[in-house]
Amino acid sequence: MTIRLGAIIAGLGLTAILLFWSLVPGVFTLANEGLPEEPDYYAFQEEHLSPAGGFAFEGPLGKWDYQQLQRGYQVYKEVCSACHSLKFVSFRNLEQIGYTEAEVRAEAASWMVPGIDPKDGSSIERPGLPTDRFPKPYANDVEARAFNNNAIPPDLSLITKAREDGTHYVYSLMQGYNEPDPEDVAESPDFETPPGLYFNEYFYNINIAMPPQLLPDIVTYSDGTEATTEQMAADIAAFLTWAGEPALIQRKQTGWFVIAFLLFATGMGFLSYKTVWAEKKKKKKA
Amino acid sequence: MSFAWANSYEPKSAFTKWIDEKLPLPRLVYNAVGAGYPVPRNLNYMWNFGVLAGFFLVFQIITGVVLAMHYAANTEVAFGQIEHIMRNVNYGWLLKYAHANGASFFFLVIYMHIFRGFYYSSYKAPREMIWLLGVVIFLLMMATAFMGYVLPWGQMSFWGAKVITGLFGAIPVVGEPLQVWLVGGYAPNDSTLNRFFSLHFLLPFVIAGAVILHIWALHIPGSSNPTGVEVKKESDTVPFHPYYTAKDGWFLGLVLSIFAAVVFFAPNALGHAENWIEANPLSTPALIVPEWYFYPFYAILRAFTGDLTIPFTGIVLIEAKLLGVIAMFGSILLWFFLPWLDKSPVRSGSYRPLFRIFFWIFVVDMAALFYLGGAHAEEPYILLSQIATGWYFMHFLVILPIISQIEVPKALPFSITQAVLGSDDDAHGSKSGGGDKPEKVAGALPGHDDDGSLQPAE
Amino acid sequence: MASTAEDAGTQEGVRRRDWIHIAAISTAGVGGASVLFPLISQMAPTADVLAASTTDVDVSSIQPGQSIKAVFRDQPLFVTRLTPEAIAEAKEVDASSLRDPQTVEERLGEGDNDILVQLGVCTHLGCVPLGAGEGESKGDFNGYFCPCHGSHYDSIGRIRKGPAPSNLAVPEFEYASESVIRVG
Repeated sequence: MTIRLGAIIAGLGLTAILLFWSLVPGVFTLANEGLPEEPDYYAFQEEHLSPAGGFAFEGPLGKWDYQQLQRGYQVYKEVCSACHSLKFVSFRNLEQIGYTEAEVRAEAASWMVPGIDPKDGSSIERPGLPTDRFPKPYANDVEARAFNNNAIPPDLSLITKAREDGTHYVYSLMQGYNEPDPEDVAESPDFETPPGLYFNEYFYNINIAMPPQLLPDIVTYSDGTEATTEQMAADIAAFLTWAGEPALIQRKQTGWFVIAFLLFATGMGFLSYKTVWAEKKKKKKA
Repeated sequence: MSFAWANSYEPKSAFTKWIDEKLPLPRLVYNAVGAGYPVPRNLNYMWNFGVLAGFFLVFQIITGVVLAMHYAANTEVAFGQIEHIMRNVNYGWLLKYAHANGASFFFLVIYMHIFRGFYYSSYKAPREMIWLLGVVIFLLMMATAFMGYVLPWGQMSFWGAKVITGLFGAIPVVGEPLQVWLVGGYAPNDSTLNRFFSLHFLLPFVIAGAVILHIWALHIPGSSNPTGVEVKKESDTVPFHPYYTAKDGWFLGLVLSIFAAVVFFAPNALGHAENWIEANPLSTPALIVPEWYFYPFYAILRAFTGDLTIPFTGIVLIEAKLLGVIAMFGSILLWFFLPWLDKSPVRSGSYRPLFRIFFWIFVVDMAALFYLGGAHAEEPYILLSQIATGWYFMHFLVILPIISQIEVPKALPFSITQAVLGSDDDAHGSKSGGGDKPEKVAGALPGHDDDGSLQPAE
Repeated sequence: MASTAEDAGTQEGVRRRDWIHIAAISTAGVGGASVLFPLISQMAPTADVLAASTTDVDVSSIQPGQSIKAVFRDQPLFVTRLTPEAIAEAKEVDASSLRDPQTVEERLGEGDNDILVQLGVCTHLGCVPLGAGEGESKGDFNGYFCPCHGSHYDSIGRIRKGPAPSNLAVPEFEYASESVIRVG
């Protein structure tokens, strides 16, 4: 009895505190000021674009499109890598997107990675080996800021997982450079693009430090595909999806096998269960 | 610690006889989860989640021990080690995703287990100790899961650690030194990561110990059942094996199929994208939220927005931050008192019309808290979480004690046998479908075994 | 007659039931066993370790009689340019009289190769033998000496005395270019 009385008093007391000191003042403020409005600069586009027909790796039956991944790698190498690192990916991983061992060795050697001089131990640049990771364009964050108008270009190895709906985010962001709606600009100063930044409706605060990159024909695809902005955006988004989760397709394929087995086992277990309980359930009808 | 009619273990071969004399472990297992444990025959599928919780505990320990072979608790490399596991370790991606989602499924299963307890009043005498140990297990699980989420050293790991350890800073006088001591610094650092790894490794084994006590305590009175009427005789029960091993077995297969669907096709659906960004002590994510299984308690924490002051004097008695912390810890600690708050002699919610209405309102309230805990801390979510938090405390501390006093329960069946078969030869004079008056059942609670019903044999 | 038919029916039922249980338990067993596969294979060398399993060594600057130490699969690798005298001396030894009979050709390869590549791991219990570095003890046979348990190897790494069972291991290697050998 004492416990219950104490509980009722404690419950009423706590609720009263919540009611009179938190809820009522909150309601009062809300009644006076109304619901807070979302700041204008926060009104970025959360609906992302998708290429016609989607990406090959999407869906439970998805597969890598190696041609596309290799084109995406070309875009990374020739455009993105000037400012963005890919620090968790090694050259040897390129074998997974359809390059042969010899091609990977040659490709790695075309990059310069930091090393040491075997004679005197000084820091030098040496040609990459397949076991090396992709080199970072800047020595550290301070240098990255200094070269990029005080913004640090993020590492791209996990970018498609580190953003909501990351693959489509990258695809959209690459094509999102346009002009802000003149009406919005007239209405709110937040829509004016500050100097040194670029309007991009898919970026979370609509003004991004990265200039538009994928201008038509900035790369010449070795497989002859026309390098439109849209094409390059799709290719780089696919490549970065692979870079973020190389095991994606293996995972889905393993998944089908595991689920099929589990459902079979569940079915067997259910039959066994039914058989075990048959006697006990039979009596119920009697 | 079992019923008189329980099957008894009889070793057949010379070898098992020899074992049984030296170390009767097979006998223990036989009596605990084998044919030697009589269980009410009418358990529904809500009773499957206990075994499932045990399964996920073992699953988490196995995948966790294996992942620890590749992890390094050092802020310089921890994030990269996770990537090493994802990219280089054989089946590392599978182990990592299975462990991360295994935690979610462990909590999912535990919540089902707890709500089964709420509805069927599994906490009531003579099962208070099982319930108390269960709450201890839940608290240990929360601590373990929180520390585990810090280990990948992503943005959410870091800021989660910072915010949650910051709670202790709210305690008057000792708060700030305590927080610095807990973290081993002024913000989460190498020391924090190392101690969290150490404890994250240790606590699951403590949980396993508590689970053994939980099961031990369960075997003293035996399992509860959906009618809430205690076992009276042999026809009320079936042996755990093969009846419930078969039922748990196929249900485990079903849950594992769903688990596999998540692990293989949507492994990041329950996580946060932010945690794939390495921890950066200089940049806070836009929305810091814990994992989904902490949402209700996080909502309660954030519900208190105003300091408790003496009106018109401006004297602050308790700061809002401390109120939130008290409420959050209180919201779980009050479960310890549950067996003594709800004194209705009827256990099962199915026979308690008034309780049942409030139970479902409480489920809606918890669902609201789940939603609100993951929402931005802005109106109208704050307002809603305040209402939901108020209802949470009212439900346990005020509504339950009062309805258990004023409610008129429905008639209970005479026995489990009657509930299942529709009739019971031993129920003299009671009509089919009718049953004992609740008062009589109250008398039949342990300590009142004057009605001659069978009590658990020693 | 009727009762016999009934008995047979029950027996049939029992057998079918048993079959279901055996099948269900076996399926669960197969499932449990397949879970062991990732749990065991995760302890095998990781992809980055496997990828790093070749080592390139520049041998152009090694003078006759000189050795350098490199690292191959996390173990020391001795790369030596033998002097013509040492090769001639090693050829004089009757290989069949040795504990681990190996000829000079078997260790150096055919042709005029004078680069000896061997793992600097004593075949007894895995210590690093002395002899490859300047001024280290070369043992009784002017080659290598393992200080742990006193194994003596000759100049081309053949075991001559002491507890080691076999010669220093010679890994596979090829010339990647004029001056660089690729081991592994």
